[in-house]
Formats: sequence, C-alpha cells, structure tokens
Amino acid sequence: MENKIEIHNMNLHYGDFHALHDINLDIKENEITAFIGPSGCGKSTLLRSLNRMNDLVENCRITGDIMLDGQDIYKNCDVNLLRRRVGMVFQKPNPFPMSIYDNIAYGPRTHGIKSRVQLDEIVETSLKRAAIWEETKDNLKKSALSMSGGQQQRICIARALAADPEVLLMDEPTSALDPISTAKIEDLVLELKKDYTIVMVTHNMQQATRVSDTTAFFLLGDMIEVDDTEKLFSMPSDKRTEDYITGRFG
Amino acid sequence: MKNFRENLMHMVFFLCALTSIFAVVLICIFLFANGVPAMKEIGLLDFLTGAKWKPGNDIYGILPMILGSLYITAGAIVIGVPIGLLTAVFMAFYCPKKLYGLLKPCTELLAGIPSIVYGFFGMVIIVPAVRAVAGVFGADISGSSILAASILLGIMILPTIIGVSEAALRAVPMSYYEGAVAMGARHERAIFTVMVPAAKSGVLAGIVLGIGRAIGETMAVIMVAGNQPRLTGSMLKGIRTMTANIVLEMGYATGLHREALIATGVVLFVFILLINLAFSVLKRRKEA
Repeated sequence: MENKIEIHNMNLHYGDFHALHDINLDIKENEITAFIGPSGCGKSTLLRSLNRMNDLVENCRITGDIMLDGQDIYKNCDVNLLRRRVGMVFQKPNPFPMSIYDNIAYGPRTHGIKSRVQLDEIVETSLKRAAIWEETKDNLKKSALSMSGGQQQRICIARALAADPEVLLMDEPTSALDPISTAKIEDLVLELKKDYTIVMVTHNMQQATRVSDTTAFFLLGDMIEVDDTEKLFSMPSDKRTEDYITGRFG
Repeated sequence: MKNFRENLMHMVFFLCALTSIFAVVLICIFLFANGVPAMKEIGLLDFLTGAKWKPGNDIYGILPMILGSLYITAGAIVIGVPIGLLTAVFMAFYCPKKLYGLLKPCTELLAGIPSIVYGFFGMVIIVPAVRAVAGVFGADISGSSILAASILLGIMILPTIIGVSEAALRAVPMSYYEGAVAMGARHERAIFTVMVPAAKSGVLAGIVLGIGRAIGETMAVIMVAGNQPRLTGSMLKGIRTMTANIVLEMGYATGLHREALIATGVVLFVFILLINLAFSVLKRRKEA
C-alpha cells in the first residue's frame, strides 16, 4: 500500500504546552488507521492537525512536516482545498439546523456545484454510501436535527462524503451513540475503506480491533507504538502499550 | 417564628412583583377608559382612516400619524438592520479582542444616550446634511423630513439590534462552524450560510425589539421630522408621528381634542402590544 499521509518529526505546542512530541507516522492509503490512548494523550490533536483544524486554535504552533500525497500541507497549501480533500466527522454529531438535503448539499455547493440535477445525484449517492438513504429518502426536506443521534452521525458522514474527500478523519465518531448505531457506523466504515483512507480516533479498544488495520498508541503526547492492529493487540512491543490494552490504566 | 419571617418575606417579594402588573393594568384601564369614548364619538373608522387632523374644526383623523410612524419605523429598519446585523457579525466572529474591548462599550453607550441628545445631534448634523444633499439635486427643503428621522432612528435602534443579535450569534454552537470549515468552506461562507441562519430567530427578535423602540420614540423624532400632520409619499417631506402628535398638542388640548390624543395613545399601545407578541412568539420558537 502507498502512504497517503506521512508525518515527520512533528511537534505541536499550545502556547507553552508541548502537546505532541516528535511524531513520526505513515498512514496508508485505503486502510483504516486507529489512534488509541487515554484522554489528553494528544490523539485528537494529531487528528485535527491532518486537516489543519488546529489553525482555529489560538497560539497553536506546529513544526515538522505533514505530507499528503508528498505535499506538505502546512507550506503553500490552500487550506480550504486541503479540507475538501481531507474530510472530517466529529465526536458529537453536528448536522446544521437545516434540511437533510441542504446538509448534504453544503459541501458540493461550497465547491461551486449549482446544478439541481447534479446536487440531487450527489445527495442520493452520499446518503446511500453512508447507509442512511432508506431512512431519509422520503423526507429529505425534514430538518436534520429531527433525526436520532445515530442517524445524525450517518448524515454527517454522508455530508463529509458529499464534499468528495480522499481521506476521512473520524474523531471518536461513535462515543455519543448507542451500541446498535455504533455497530452500523463500524460496518459503514469498513465498507468505506475501499474508496477512502480513514483515520479514526477511538476510546474503545474493541472498536479499534474490530475495524482498523493499523493502530497507533499515544501516551502523554508521545506516540509509543504503531503496528498492525492484530500484532499491537496480541504482542505489543512496548510495556506501556501492554499495560494500557490489558486495562492496567487509562 | 422562622416560618412567619419566611411568609413575611414571601409577601414582600410578591407585592413587589405585583407592582409591575398593577402598573400595566392601571395604564390599560386609563388609556382605554379615556380613549375609547373619543373613538366612539368620532367614529372608529373616521378616526383611524381620516386623512385630516384639524382639532379647531373638530376633525380628528389620525391616518397621517399612523402612516408617519410606520414610514419612519420602516426607514429606521432599512437603515439600522443591515448595519446592526453586520456589526453583530463582526463583533461575534471577526473582531480582534482589543478592538472588541472598545467596540462593545461603545455600542452599549449608544443605548444610554438620552433621546433628547440624539435629537440635538439630528437637528445639528443630520437635518442640515439632508438639506445640503437635497440642495445638490436642486430641491429646496428644510431638511426636517422622513429621511432625517429614519436615519436618526436607524442609529438609535443600533444598540438593541447589535446586542440581541450578537448574543444570538454567540449562542450558536461552534460545532456548526467547525463542521462547515471542515468541508472546505471559507470563514465568511461558514458564517453567512450556517451561523447567521442558525441564529435567525434571535436576530429577528432583536429586529422586533428595535421596531418597538423606533415606533415609540418621541423626543428625537419631534426634533427632526418636521411634524406636519399630512399624507405624503416623499421621503424629503416632513411628517408627524403618533407620539409627536400627542406631545405637541397635549399641553393645551381640552375636551374631545384631549380625548382624541389619548385615543392616539391607545392606537400606539395596540401597535406595541402586537410587537411584543411577535417578540415573545419568536423567543419561544428559539427555545423550542
């Protein structure tokens, strides 16, 4: 597999706080990479660096390189174009307070697609890909906020897909959902990896083993270990990883 | 003993709360008891749709004043809403912290300036300016006009619109903004296509409050509106509002004339009631 994203010697500071230390990590194309680790270990921060959402945080400073298809995303890079290529799904479902249709069409409209026919088609394919078409096809005009939490999250996934990304970042996408919705999202993610490179932050280690190909373990701003998911969970090479996955802390 | 004290305090608070209800009820009774008979005597239709106001001849039609209030309020909305809303957007999403520390107190101070001072400002600055600009186009007018009053009222309702709209915009979850920029939307697109629409009902509530302030304003309007009780379609002509009508003539009015002025107050009161109703409906929709 090709490397879709390469992170070299990346350091991140929030003001005086050194949040990520010397991260080196390759993310492979059409794979699911999981970031695990206890709260505050920096895994979400790293995820948000991949589409430069940390730019919104004041006093956030990043050094080192993050390459997307060999191009440094922090140098000479149109951030809006980057975020179009690297989509994101958030921890708490955040559909806009408008109709389901308008939610899904937001990305394409942002990127200049105005034709009704084209938009209709994008909305339908995106909802189908996010496995929520059956539940929404008869009420696309309904407010997205009227749907259940699990449905809202799949709408958010559909919305991210409609912007036609190459990479999908997911920040604990199921932590606010019930087990049935979680299972649906996991199935969906496995289905999506055929076409997208997926990076997922998760608190749930079973989830990481169920869906991811590669897992990276973070602790206090350091990336301790990265390996095939199966290997990392069966034979971790670092004592701290072992302690974490066997539940001795965290 | 403790129970007695608690009950006593309870009564005190209750009486305080009653005061405002009592005041509203008294005002209603006074207004309607004094105004309704006059409306009957003049004839409700003649009173509301009569185009002539000639108290000397016992002709009391307040249509010019109703339209005057509506014109000037509409003008104030046209001028004040875009400026106020965009100021609120700037304050909530663009303003650097340092500038905010200056801008916020300024908009609040704007709300605290007495209306008579606004009136002076209008008389000394806005009216001559309107006269001068109209002069350039060959119109010889005094400057006291619908336009001058609209500009002045537009400024006066700014703090209301800015304050309420800014609070509404700040109450919109940042996760909406993040969701939009995460799809590659620019800052201003995220704000105007997601954040502002999400704050819609709050912003509308601010506008309605501004309308309430504009329609009830008296002193400042008297000083710049010209106050002629006539029907006119020209923005450059003077006009009289309902509030101005009452203030200008109440001092010497007697008999039916006096009652007709109070009836003008009733009409104004009904307008304000409708506006408040609209406001509370909007507020409830925001909470739902």
